[in-house]
Amino acid sequence: MIAALIGLPLLGATVLLLGGRRTNVWGHFLAVAMSGASFVLGAFLFIQMAGKSEEEREVGQHLFDWISVGAFQVPFGLHLDQLSIVFVLLITGVGTLIHIYSIGYMEHDPNRRRFFAYLNLFVAAMLLLVLADNYFLLYVGWEGVGLASYLLISYYQQKPSAATAGKKAFIVNRVGDVGLSLAIILMFVTFGTVTFEGVNAAAEASSPNTITWIGLALLLAACGKSAQFPLQSWLLDAMEGPTPVSALIHAATMVTAGVYLIVRAHAIFDLSETARTAVVIVGAITLLLGAFIGTAKDDIKKGLAGSTMSQIGYMVLAAGLGPVGYVFAIFHLLTHGMFKAGLFLGAGSVMHGMHDDVNMRHYGALRTMMKITYATFGLGFLAIIGVPPFAGFWSKDEIIHAAFSQSLIIGMATLIGAGVTAFYMTRMMTMTFFGEARWEDDVHPHESPAVMTIPMIILAFGSVFGGMAMLFVGDIEHWLEPITGFAKPEHSVSNTVLIPITLAVVFGGALFAWLRYGRRPVPVIAPSNVSFLTRAARADAYGDALNESVFMRPGQYLTRSLTWFDSKAIDGLVSGLAAAIGGLSARARRLQNGYVRSYALTMLGGAVLIALVLLLVRL
Amino acid sequence: MNPNNYLILAAILFTIGVYGVLVRRNAIIVFMSVELMLNAANLAFVAAARNTGTLDGLVVAFFVMVVAAAEVVVGLAIIVTIFRTRRSASIDEASLMKY
Amino acid sequence: MNGESVVFWVSGTFAIVGALGMVASKKAVHSALWVAFAMINIAVLYFALEAPFLGTTQIIVYTGAIMMLFLFVLMIVGVDSSDSLLETIKGQRLLAGLFALTFGGVVVASISSTLASPSAGLAYANAGYGGHMQAIAGLVFGTYLFAFEVLSALLITAALGAMVLAHNERWSPRKTQDQMQRERTLSNHVTPLPAPGVLARNNSVDTPALLPDGTTSIESLPTAFRGEGQVTKAAEIDEAAK
Repeated sequence: MIAALIGLPLLGATVLLLGGRRTNVWGHFLAVAMSGASFVLGAFLFIQMAGKSEEEREVGQHLFDWISVGAFQVPFGLHLDQLSIVFVLLITGVGTLIHIYSIGYMEHDPNRRRFFAYLNLFVAAMLLLVLADNYFLLYVGWEGVGLASYLLISYYQQKPSAATAGKKAFIVNRVGDVGLSLAIILMFVTFGTVTFEGVNAAAEASSPNTITWIGLALLLAACGKSAQFPLQSWLLDAMEGPTPVSALIHAATMVTAGVYLIVRAHAIFDLSETARTAVVIVGAITLLLGAFIGTAKDDIKKGLAGSTMSQIGYMVLAAGLGPVGYVFAIFHLLTHGMFKAGLFLGAGSVMHGMHDDVNMRHYGALRTMMKITYATFGLGFLAIIGVPPFAGFWSKDEIIHAAFSQSLIIGMATLIGAGVTAFYMTRMMTMTFFGEARWEDDVHPHESPAVMTIPMIILAFGSVFGGMAMLFVGDIEHWLEPITGFAKPEHSVSNTVLIPITLAVVFGGALFAWLRYGRRPVPVIAPSNVSFLTRAARADAYGDALNESVFMRPGQYLTRSLTWFDSKAIDGLVSGLAAAIGGLSARARRLQNGYVRSYALTMLGGAVLIALVLLLVRL
Repeated sequence: MNPNNYLILAAILFTIGVYGVLVRRNAIIVFMSVELMLNAANLAFVAAARNTGTLDGLVVAFFVMVVAAAEVVVGLAIIVTIFRTRRSASIDEASLMKY
Repeated sequence: MNGESVVFWVSGTFAIVGALGMVASKKAVHSALWVAFAMINIAVLYFALEAPFLGTTQIIVYTGAIMMLFLFVLMIVGVDSSDSLLETIKGQRLLAGLFALTFGGVVVASISSTLASPSAGLAYANAGYGGHMQAIAGLVFGTYLFAFEVLSALLITAALGAMVLAHNERWSPRKTQDQMQRERTLSNHVTPLPAPGVLARNNSVDTPALLPDGTTSIESLPTAFRGEGQVTKAAEIDEAAK
């Protein structure tokens, strides 16, 4: 049953990749069907699980013994519990919607079959990631989604920028993956096992130092996959991929894998204060950095990407808070998965109507031309900035609440983040849908077809009701408690005080943005005489520049000097030796001059030598 | 008289023969030098035979003469052949087998 | 000083002189004569060493047969041609001298340092066979019979080998007089070739003819004398003509 969840999309990917051109006609329907079947199966399993008592909800499926070398035993086992199932529903649910949306979005793409094959591959890998019952198998899924992400970012492979962005994502992800492999190696050395069960059981008895190191290695892995500081630079470039990909992989699911990893490894983080603090700091920095970048982007997708970084920063921060935060990290992850996917699909819809132009300065006044997109995007907007009772309000408020229980600084960071979020989202909203039209000459905005708008409408419903449904109907705190543990935040500011303050900050940010971009006309060309902060934000907070100057340039110098050393010193030694032998031989060759007399002389020399030796020995 | 004197004489003659082989370029003179060396060796054999009072040294010297005769016949034939093709009896000119 | 000593010192000195003369002579003919001289002296030493048979054989085989063979070959190669004694291989002469001296020195030194036993003489050995010649014959046809037979095979082989090597294979049929006449008529030298030069100082077939215009003619020489380094007299004749 559980294996079929993964197997169906994998089958779809295999058929589409191997089937060739004859699957062109019905390939995308197959992909949608496989993803949808997986979702139906997931929903069935969810209902089945919900019907059981709390103790019986975890189920495992041992498929086969994967690696069995001495003490190193890795089963190929799947594991479905309360945490996995919500991910399964998110992945297959949002995934299916985006599959459907892609039918419309990719209609005219000649390589549509390949696109759907990769999407199915991604769904299968992501499901493997969340269903694995050990870290090693999780690693396989982890790399699988990395591969799918790489393939889809550089999907427009004829564009050099897309190809470069794919490579960049791949390489930065490798840095994080080193962290995951280190963590797995450390786990095996320390605990002798890599299953979640075994690690959770053995973690308690191990030295705090080792636990801290494992936690930091896992954090590095999460940073790479979830675009957290300092490995955040790839996510903005990843927007080179098709918009459905940005929505599914780089907003709703894959980038949240880091949060899943941290929550899944809560047994490690529960035991190490240092690792948790590191997680919180990374989350706080990223949440502010992402929001900061989002304020200055004119590219609608890059603005949303900055927002994604920022929101994942919230989740990571929450996960770093320990038992008070795990549940809310997942909660925010789920709500974010819905409203951010909706926002991205909305952005894709706008682009679809605007001839693939992504510059918001060329938009404006689209609310009359694209009514459905406007409505769904607006609902997503309300959800992300945290207006009650939309989905984002519930999850974000809980995180801010928990953050204040940790420390005032962290709490303030989340609060400021909320204000900045409101600012850049309002900016995006007004620049796109309000104001006067700043369209290019031959652009005639139009609403997208139903195949695209229906998924957006469904996701908008999620943005509106998802938070309330999960909190009040699903009772997510108690649903996840057996897996992650849960504690009420103590010593925090009371919610009755905090909610009004948060809302005030949010409305302040939104009002400020309205005053700047709604009341005044927006220049079509980005003004160049701007403050240093704006320039920094436009340059992705100099993340690329930092990477280049700290890692790339010294690396290049190192490589160059090593090459120089290799070609001069090593090769010099080798070829010098060869040249010396060659030269000596060329000289020795002269002895072979063809003159019999010379040879005779040599013989005589030998005879003299022997005679001398004999004489000396006898004497 | 000291019987060693014959041996010393043989050694001197042999050395002169060696020198002749090494410095002369005319193949025929080189050959003569080789003959001289053989004669020196023969002289040593004969002297040693008398010294020890046996006759075997004489027989060996006799055989050496026979071998020398055979060698000279073949060697001179080779020289003639080379001369016929190269118009020269200089052994330095027959130096094609080199680097 | 007894008789043997006198013979040794005289003939020994002569032998060394002969050997040195051979090495030092410019002309191969002179070398051959010098070496014959040395060999005769060695034969005399054999007589002094109670080996009359070997002494005789030395004279007959070496000086009589082998050296004459050398002279015949020299006549083919060119009696008159003299070697340049200038060394062409760098360091050859120096090293050869050095090595030869060292070698000779070492051998002489080791012989001198050996204490010589008094000479046993061959009288007793000869007596066992009833005479010197009988003793040699007894050894050659008795103890060393097998070596003797092998040597005979070697001699036959050598004789055959020499014949094969020296045999001049004819690759084309012999020209008829008619053909030669045609060739001569068709060549650019219709008249007979000039005769070798005959001058007051030189009267031999290896002297090229002096033509009326003052130059020498290589064509006047037999082909055997036209080789490289053979026509050394051209310059002399040019001078003499002036």
